[in-house]
Amino acid sequence: METTINETENQFFSNKKKGVDIKGKFVVGITQVAVLLIIAILFIILGIIVYEGREKFSWEFITSFPTDGMTKGGIFPALIGTFILVVVMSIAAVPFGTITAIYLTEYAKENSKIAAAVRFSVRTLAVVPSIIFGLFGLGFFIQFMGTGMDKAFNGGELHWGQPNILWASLTMSLLTLPVIIVSVEEALKTIPRELREASLALGATKWQTIKNVVFPGSISGIMTGTILAVSRGAGEVAPILFTGAAYYLATLPKSLSDQFMNLGYHIYIMSTQSSDVEKTMPIQFATTLVLLILTLSLNLVAVIIRSRIRRKAK
Amino acid sequence: MNSQFPINQNFTKESLKKQFRLSEFLAEKIISSVAFLSITIIVLIFVFVFKESLPIFNFGKSDAAKTEITTDSKPESYGSTPTEELKPETYGSEPTEELKPETYGSEPVTQEDLKPETYGSEPVTQEDLKPETYGDVKAEPIVETTSNETPEVVSENNEGADKTWSTFFTTEWVPVSEHPRFGLIGLLIGTLKVTIIAMLIAGPLAILAALYTSCFASKRVKELIKPIIEMLAAFPSVVIGFFALMVLATFFQDIFGYDSRLNAFIGGVAMALAAIPIIYTISEDALSAVPKTYTEASLALGASKWQTAFFVTLPAATPGIFAALLLGVGRVFGETMIALMATGNAALLSANPFESVRTFAATIGAEMAETVFGETHYSVLFFIGSLLFIFSFALNAIAEFYVKGRLIKKFQGK
Repeated sequence: METTINETENQFFSNKKKGVDIKGKFVVGITQVAVLLIIAILFIILGIIVYEGREKFSWEFITSFPTDGMTKGGIFPALIGTFILVVVMSIAAVPFGTITAIYLTEYAKENSKIAAAVRFSVRTLAVVPSIIFGLFGLGFFIQFMGTGMDKAFNGGELHWGQPNILWASLTMSLLTLPVIIVSVEEALKTIPRELREASLALGATKWQTIKNVVFPGSISGIMTGTILAVSRGAGEVAPILFTGAAYYLATLPKSLSDQFMNLGYHIYIMSTQSSDVEKTMPIQFATTLVLLILTLSLNLVAVIIRSRIRRKAK
Repeated sequence: MNSQFPINQNFTKESLKKQFRLSEFLAEKIISSVAFLSITIIVLIFVFVFKESLPIFNFGKSDAAKTEITTDSKPESYGSTPTEELKPETYGSEPTEELKPETYGSEPVTQEDLKPETYGSEPVTQEDLKPETYGDVKAEPIVETTSNETPEVVSENNEGADKTWSTFFTTEWVPVSEHPRFGLIGLLIGTLKVTIIAMLIAGPLAILAALYTSCFASKRVKELIKPIIEMLAAFPSVVIGFFALMVLATFFQDIFGYDSRLNAFIGGVAMALAAIPIIYTISEDALSAVPKTYTEASLALGASKWQTAFFVTLPAATPGIFAALLLGVGRVFGETMIALMATGNAALLSANPFESVRTFAATIGAEMAETVFGETHYSVLFFIGSLLFIFSFALNAIAEFYVKGRLIKKFQGK
């Protein structure tokens, strides 16, 4: 009797296993296809842009000015403009982002409503469409601050109350603020509690603990955050559409009140508003390649640093 | 001993007091005040984006200030009959369809080209508008004397404010013309169309990929897949837009053979690429956050791996996945560069996914540079901006609070 039961049971299980296997393999296969599809798309985009952009991509292309109504030449001013943009943006965003993160991890109490509100607004900042930042930059920085500054210092003469590199960078810094906050917060969380308590137990004040123990531990997080923010800021176009990006400039920006050229904006106008889109195709692809190399390599560096932080925490 | 004790205590108290340093106090105050910056920014964004759109709400206030009778007539002109009369007529009529070839190309030029076209092609609409516009001319003298006679006239006092409102619910977006019309319906439909297409593609793909990563993949594979897919998030939207414009558009046109090269479908596909990493990351996190006890119980009961994944893990992570989808919608809804480059930017009314569309965000991006500060067009664009902002804010709030409540109930409250 026992053997028969075992046999039927075995049969039952093996049958079930067989039935499940086909269906299960199919279902798992679908999820696998989804993953492969996404990865394939990613590499196809990368491949096509590299392939189409490679012939024009050269050192000369990067270091020369556009010529002949932007149908020839390089992208040097766009590259420099992007560089200035991200530098000014980082100067504005990194301190504020770091301080906010320190507040959230060190000062905010577990259940405080204020900290929850700060967290919520950071997350909201991260999901607000980038074009809204552009509108805000126009409405607040240019129309309000810029015009106000002109009235106060220049006697109403138009100087700051128009799109320029400073307003574009500040607009961009708002956009990238959450990126920095999240990275620094993550790094701060990996600092063991014991370290802080040891410092406090030795008689250090809270501020001394933060200055000498917590802050040094957050440097890697600040670095990751800055790199990610730069990568994001270099690629975003919508916020600078009407806060400072220029179609074409014959010279590099000399001061913060100048307009600037930008890689992403350059791609946009070359591919949609240029007089001869077909002819400048190689330039467009090469510019896209430069931008892609810039953002992806920055991201890669950030990912590597971040995984190191995580490993350390373990 | 006895005397030493209190002295010692006094000493520590004093030293404690000495340790209170002004600089530290200030530093801490600065830290906590800087932390409020992000709240301030959110408030400022709303205030300033909304402030610039205020002129279009202006009609109510200054009317009331001018005459008392105005307040009586305001409700009439507000939910006005002209609007409702306009709608059905413009809706089914040809002008929109005739517009198609014109609006096709790039925007700024077209609008000027459009002017004469739109004029001639819709006498019906014009006639409906006329009584209003007539009143405009005579408005001011009449209001002082007999405003009861012409209720609509009153609102014409401040240039176009009411007229702007009445055109909001029409389907035509003709901002640069002698009689500018700001029909938001066409833009709304365009935005929804692109969003739906993008979500239909990105949602299933990203969720299935997340399911594979968190439930089926080995640890090594997982550590390889995750950063690669998240790398997609590092692609700037202008690059995705450019790729869609140059490569995808031609590719899909060859397959499907439709007329307009840039259309809602292309835009949707490109935006799906932008939404995938967001949906993927958040739903992967949600799936990984499902307690191990759930899956282990299921496996112990004899369910196979895939059954556990689909019938235990996935339902348990539903709130998180829902949040992921909401944030994906938010991303697509507000995406500007891809919409600008890949959707064709013509506000057409049709259910066909292979027609050009124009989204809210793209409209702002394309036209803001050409507007004049303080103009109605300028204010309307800011108004669209505040709508977008409120929408994304609401989506985020729902995602955050709904999901948090649900997850806490599920995993902790039990």
